[in-house]
Formats: sequence, C-alpha cells, structure tokens
Amino acid sequence: MSTTQSDLSSRGLADRLLNSLVPSLSGLHIVAFLIALLLLGLLVTPVAQVIFVAFQDTATGAATLQNFADFFATSLFRESFWNSFYVSAMSVVVATIIALPLAYITTRFHFSGSILIQSLGFIPLIMPPFVGAVAMQLIFGRNGTINLLLRDYFGFTIPFMDGLNGVILVESIHYFPFILINLSASLRNIDRSMEEAAQNLGSYGLRLFRRIVFPLAMPGYIAGAALVFIKVFDDLGTPLLLNVNNMLAPQAFLRISSIGISDPMGYVISCILVVFSVLSLWASFLVMRGKEYATVQKGGGGTAKRELKLSEKVLAYGVVIFILLVVLSPHIGLLLLSFGTIWSFAPLPDAYTFQNYITMWEGSKTFILNTVLYAGIAASLDVIIGTAIAYIVIRTGIFGRKWLDYLATAALAVPGVVLGIGYLRTFHSVDVPFTGEPLASWWVIIALALMIRRLPYALRACTAALQQVSLALEEAAESLGATKRRTIQKIVLPLMTGGILAGFVTSFATAAVELSATIMLVSSNSDAPLAYGIYLFMQTPSGRGAGAALGIVAVIVVAIGTVASQFIIERDKKLKASNDVH
Amino acid sequence: MTKAGIKIENVHLSFGQTVVLKGVNLDIKPGEFFAFLGPSGSGKSTLLRAIAGFGPNPKGRILIGGRDMVGLDPWVRNVGMVFQSYALWPHLRVRDNVAFGLKERRVPPKQIKSKVDAALELVDLADLADRMPNQLSGGQQQRIALARTIVVEPEVLLLDEPLSNLDASLRVQMRRELLRLQRQLGLTTIFVTHDQEEANTTSDRMAVLDGGVIQQVGTPQELYDQPSNLFVANFLGTANILEGHVETNGNQARFVTKTGDNLSLPQGGTGTNIVLRPQNISIQQQSSANAMRGKILHREFLGSQIRYLIDAGGAELVVDQTHGGGEWFGTGSEVYLSANTSNAVVI
Repeated sequence: MSTTQSDLSSRGLADRLLNSLVPSLSGLHIVAFLIALLLLGLLVTPVAQVIFVAFQDTATGAATLQNFADFFATSLFRESFWNSFYVSAMSVVVATIIALPLAYITTRFHFSGSILIQSLGFIPLIMPPFVGAVAMQLIFGRNGTINLLLRDYFGFTIPFMDGLNGVILVESIHYFPFILINLSASLRNIDRSMEEAAQNLGSYGLRLFRRIVFPLAMPGYIAGAALVFIKVFDDLGTPLLLNVNNMLAPQAFLRISSIGISDPMGYVISCILVVFSVLSLWASFLVMRGKEYATVQKGGGGTAKRELKLSEKVLAYGVVIFILLVVLSPHIGLLLLSFGTIWSFAPLPDAYTFQNYITMWEGSKTFILNTVLYAGIAASLDVIIGTAIAYIVIRTGIFGRKWLDYLATAALAVPGVVLGIGYLRTFHSVDVPFTGEPLASWWVIIALALMIRRLPYALRACTAALQQVSLALEEAAESLGATKRRTIQKIVLPLMTGGILAGFVTSFATAAVELSATIMLVSSNSDAPLAYGIYLFMQTPSGRGAGAALGIVAVIVVAIGTVASQFIIERDKKLKASNDVH
Repeated sequence: MTKAGIKIENVHLSFGQTVVLKGVNLDIKPGEFFAFLGPSGSGKSTLLRAIAGFGPNPKGRILIGGRDMVGLDPWVRNVGMVFQSYALWPHLRVRDNVAFGLKERRVPPKQIKSKVDAALELVDLADLADRMPNQLSGGQQQRIALARTIVVEPEVLLLDEPLSNLDASLRVQMRRELLRLQRQLGLTTIFVTHDQEEANTTSDRMAVLDGGVIQQVGTPQELYDQPSNLFVANFLGTANILEGHVETNGNQARFVTKTGDNLSLPQGGTGTNIVLRPQNISIQQQSSANAMRGKILHREFLGSQIRYLIDAGGAELVVDQTHGGGEWFGTGSEVYLSANTSNAVVI
C-alpha cells in the first residue's frame, strides 16, 4: 500500500518537476525570454554597471564609499547638487503658478476657448526644452526684447535669464503641462457635491478653493509636480545650452566627455540622479495610490461649471492670454530667429529672410536622415516589443510576466544621461562584429538607447490598445479552430493597429528630439541626429539662425506626430464604438 | 434653534430647454417633517436643490422664515443639506468635517470644540472624531454628514435621499434615528425619497411629485386612503384600479365596472375609476351578492400574507389574504371575489 502511494506521489513530483523545468514551450515563451534578455542587456546591465562603478575603488576595484565622500568633499559638486535641487524645486513652483490658473479656469467655469487653452497648454511639450532656450535668451535675456524695452522705457531690467534663473524659466515653461494635465484631470474628478456641501455650510470663493477643492486635487497635483521635478533634475540640454554648468547633469556629462569614462564622479552623479528619479516616481506613485480620492460618488454628478460675471471674465481672459504669451514665447522667439537675419541688442530681428532654412537644409541633411533612421528603428522596435509584452502580461500566464512590464517601465526612472554613461561604460570594450569598431561608438547603439528610453510610452499605448480588445473576440476565433498564432495574427493585431500606430508615432516624434542620452553616444558628427545638430548649431552665434530653423523643423515633426497620433486614437475609438453597438 | 416655515410660490425651473418644475406651490409648516416623494425624474431633487440654492435660479419665490431666497448664493442661506453621497471630504478628519461650517462662520475655537463634541454626541459617534471618513461604514458616514449639517444650526434641514446608499436593515434603523433627531431638534425638515415606505414612516406630511408637478399634498394616510388621482393611487402602495362608471339611484350609489360587475358605493363619488386595495378584496368559494367571478393565476407566499393574482373578467387583480385566516386557493381555481367598498375611492 504505502509503496504504491509513494510511487504515485514521486511520479507526480517528477512530472511536476519536469513540467516546471521544461514547460510546454510555446512561441510566446521564447519571445518573453528574448525580450527579458534584451532588457537585461540594454537596460539593467548598463544601469547596474553605472551603480557598480560608483561604489568601486578606481585603483583596486574594491567596494568603497570613497567616491561619494570625494563627491561631497568637492565644493563644485556640493554646489551643483544644491543648484540642481534648487532649480528643480523652483521650476515646480513656477510651473505651478503657470498651470494652476489655466487648470482652474478651464475646469471650473464656462469659459469659451477652454479646449483651445488646454491644447495650447500642450505645445511646450512638443519642443525639446533646450531648443527654446536660445529663443528665450533673445526674448527674456539681459539684452533680450523685454529687458531692452524695460531699460528704454522704465530704466531697469529683470534678470529673467541670468544663471539659474534662466534654467528655471526655460524648464518651467517647458514642463508645466505635466502639472496642467494632471491637475485638470483631478479637478474634473471632484464630485460636485463635495463643493456644494462646503457652499451649503457657508464657504465660497478662494477659501472654498483652498480648503476643499485644492486639497482634493492634491494627488493629481503631486503626481504632476513630481514628474516636473525629476524631468528638470535630469535635464542635460537646457543647462548646457544656457552655459550653466554647475548642475548635476552637466557635471556628469562634462566629467565623462572631458576626463573620460574611467572618472568615478560621473558615475556618482548618475547614481544620485537615479536615486532621485526613483524616489520621486515612488513618491508620486504612493500619493496616487493612497490618496486617490474617488470622489465621484453614486448620486453625484461631475464637476459643476459656473458662469463668470463680466468683470471676472475680463480678468480670466487677461490672465490666460498673459500666461499663454509667456508659455508660447519660446516658439514665437524661435520662429522669429529662424526667419531673422541678425538679432542682437534689438527687440526684434533686423530683417527677415529664408536664408536660414537654406543653410539649415544644406548643413543638416545628414542630421535629419539620421534622425529618421534612429527614431524609426527605435519606434518600430518599441511597438513590436511593447505589443509582445502587453500580450504576454495581459493574456498569458507565463511565469514572471509582470516583471517584463516592470522592467520595461523602469526605464522611466533612468535619466538619459545615466543610460548614455552606462552604454559607454558597458559597450566600449565590446566590438561590433566584422567592422571591429567599439560597440559604444556604433550608430546602432544610439537607436537602441532611444528604443529603451521610449519603450515605457509605447508599452502603455500597446497595453491600452490590447485592453480594448475583448477576450471574447479571441475565444470566438479559437473556438472556430484558429490556433493561438493565427488568432493573434488575424484578430488581435488588426484590432490593436490604431493603438500600436499611435504608440509608434509618439515614440518616433519624441525620440526624434531626444538629446540627453544621444549627446553621450554620438561619436562623430556624421552619426549625429537632429537634436544634436541643433545643439551644435546653437553653439555659435552665426549658426543660431540655422539652428532655429532646424528647431522649427523639429517642432513641426513632433507636432505632426502628436496630432497624427491623436487623430489615429480618435478614429480608432470611433471605429470601435460603432462596432460596440449591441 | 429657530423654527422656520418654507413657502414655495409658483416655482418654475428648467435646465436649458428641459422644463423640470412646472409651477410648484407648497406651504411647509415650522417644525414639520415633510417628504418629497416621487419617481426619478419627477423634479423632487431639483426642487430640494433649488431651496438650497444649487442649480439654475428658478422663477417664482422660495420663502424661508418669510425671506425670499431665490437668487441668493447657497452660502448665505443658512439652509442645511445632507447629500445623497454624504459628500464627506476625504482629506479631513471627522472632527474637521464637522467643524468646517463653524470655522466658516468664524466661531471661536473653544466653542467650535464644544459644539462639535455635542454634535458628535448627538449622533452617537463621539469616539470616531479622529478617524478619516473612508474608515467609517456607510451608516456612520451618514450620521457624520448629519452632524456636520446640524452643528451650524440651520433654519431648515434638507435631506436628499439620505438612506438610499444604506442596506435594508440599516435603512430602517436610520430612519428612526432621523425622526428622533428631528423631533429632538424641532427642525423643519424636508426629506426627498422615491421610497414610499420611507416617506410614510417618517413624515408628518408629504408631497407626491410627478413630471415637475405636485400631484397631491397630505399626511401619509390621507394620500393612501384618498388619492386624488391614479398616479398617487398607484405610487402609494398596490392599487387595483377598475374602469367603469358610477350609477346613482336615490341615495344608493354603485360603481358598474366595464365587465358588468356592480360594486356598492356607500360613500358615493364621481369618476371613471375605482381604487381597491389588495386587502379590501376577499376570496370566497361561494357566490354572494355583488361578488365578481375570478380565476387564480398565480400565488405568492409573503409570510404574514398570501398574495394572489386573479383574472377577473379580463382585469388582473392583486388580492392579499391574511396567512392563517383561511384556506389556500390553488392556481387555476375558480373563485368569487367580494370587495369591501366602504372606503373605496372613485377617481
């Protein structure tokens, strides 16, 4: 008796062991494995390498905290650390001052043009911040339009763009949409009865906003603010272009590019950047999770919009127009600069010409072609991997599938500079097959870095697209005899097309203007993409016009991308909606 | 607390093109517990919100304690409202939720403390003062919402479907609690509900609304016993309505149904419908004077009563028999029905 039983159980155990060791390997298992390998190689290893080097003694290779001690013992680094922190915090403050009135006015009142304002609010995001920086210099700088006028008429100037102020202004104007988007969404989600209850008890106006409305919108605000903080903290292009080098990201770049990849300080700074990234993402995650007040309750309505009195309307339009002018000033400035002949010590350019665009086209064909190539490769890989991960996570039970998602998303927390440094360090000793040049200076590595940087966004788009494809549609195909593979080919992918395309366009457009990772990896001008080209142009006063023209091209590329992806998403929604009518 | 009456005079209200209230007139006495009863979309909540000052401004007058409130901002009205969703602010502790209105009224902090404690004591939740709202059960949230409203000593108390988010057993308990509090405070109270049982058990008087018009005002018994139209008859309890006409022969009135049955009408009346409550019809096996013939279609056991669905010459009647008060009739049995028309209403 007992032997039979133990026989049975041992056979069961063996079976189970066999099953778990050699699971019924489907194609999807292999795909999951390959993606894991790719993420491990292109994301985990470089970042781990950076952290590892930061804690390693340069001479002996032993584990040490000495590098960090050296870092904090150097006054330049202490100053850079403080400056980065100060600039990020102040950018959040200024971005809040810009975003708060726009969000409040457009969500709480009947205000014609609300949609226009909300979409204009997105415009800064479609231009890399460093591109606008030069234009801002010309408008707000010491000898810029505003200060020249102020000096002529009032006899004083305001140092908008001096040193850290400039970085703060450029960054806050660029990144405030993150706060605007999140805050507007939170404000819209506050149940009408929350406000009505307060009014019923005697509260109104600013007090009502301060005590009830704003605290309830707090989670959305914090999420947006954390994003702004970290984006500014990590940004390399803007301080470099404004020639503000005593901040962390520029220091990391300068150490690596001037002293070399064996200097530990670049790695220490990278470590600090990563820690701050992770901390602020984690903080915003905690806030969103713990305090997401689902205030839209049963029996209540959405936000109640109020009519404005005439005087209030005048004030509101005044505020909105002023803010929009400030926010759009980089674009206006860039446009003027790109069509201007000479613009120096004058409120406006001396004369207007198309010459800049011609110069730009002659001097930057390579940049543009490179950009199309890199961003195209990156975005294609992004949506392929994104779709695969989305399918594996949502539709299969493959062991560890969630980790694919986490890993791909973790790229969000890795600043571009850090990834760039990681790639340099990891791949400089690896040679490209056949050509024999180091992998780190091969152009493909730029495309791969862009791919990793944009993967989280593409993954979100693909996940959303797949979630809209009802499981029943797949089951219907399978019950009619289609294999898993045929089902994915014939049913799932066609239905996901819209979302995938939107993901592609977003990835492409934003990869096209990425600077912080690419600037580390570009080894020769012939390999450089558009963003790097703008950076090169902007280095010399004579190249600024052409740089601005190239900047305008970048803005148009991203704008077309954004509009196209919105269009695709909307069209897709309509298509699905018409199918959904039961 | 001052007791204020509410007078609603010829109130019209529309949302854009949609007319929601069509000439509402009401007189609610000081200290009265008054219910607005009606199906969804009847305008009862809109009327309540108009009294509190929410939604578009109505035409007409809404007088509270003799003062016209139309056009005034909600925060100057001193009208306490408890929301259907309770609307407790999730970022404030229970104590701060309750203290909110007092702070807005610039009450000195010491008084705020004692008033908040008293209000929480009143709803029996003093020990939860430092909790956050999401740590409370539905019933507790309800009571806190009530405490938050009455602590500011409003002139009138408005309750918007206050029990709809509670489960059935809690609902019964809460409505007694509400009534006890209302009696204790003597506060003029309006209670909006679509549940006739809630309105019946709590209110002194009620108004039945439908289509933005008040159908009838009166005590619960008046409305049940003397409905002025078919809507009220149907909305309050179950009603069997038979069409026909009244024939008068000297002092003797009778109602002749379409199917030719004769029902005596001791009270008289005019109209083309007679309202018979299920408990006013009895089932017999033998025929008697004025009995209607019927066939049992369906039988439901309700505990204290057995409810029969009976086909009486084309009309389907609901008839309740007390359980244990007689024999059961099987589905399909042919029976005779005798109506007790001593209190029957002809509309």
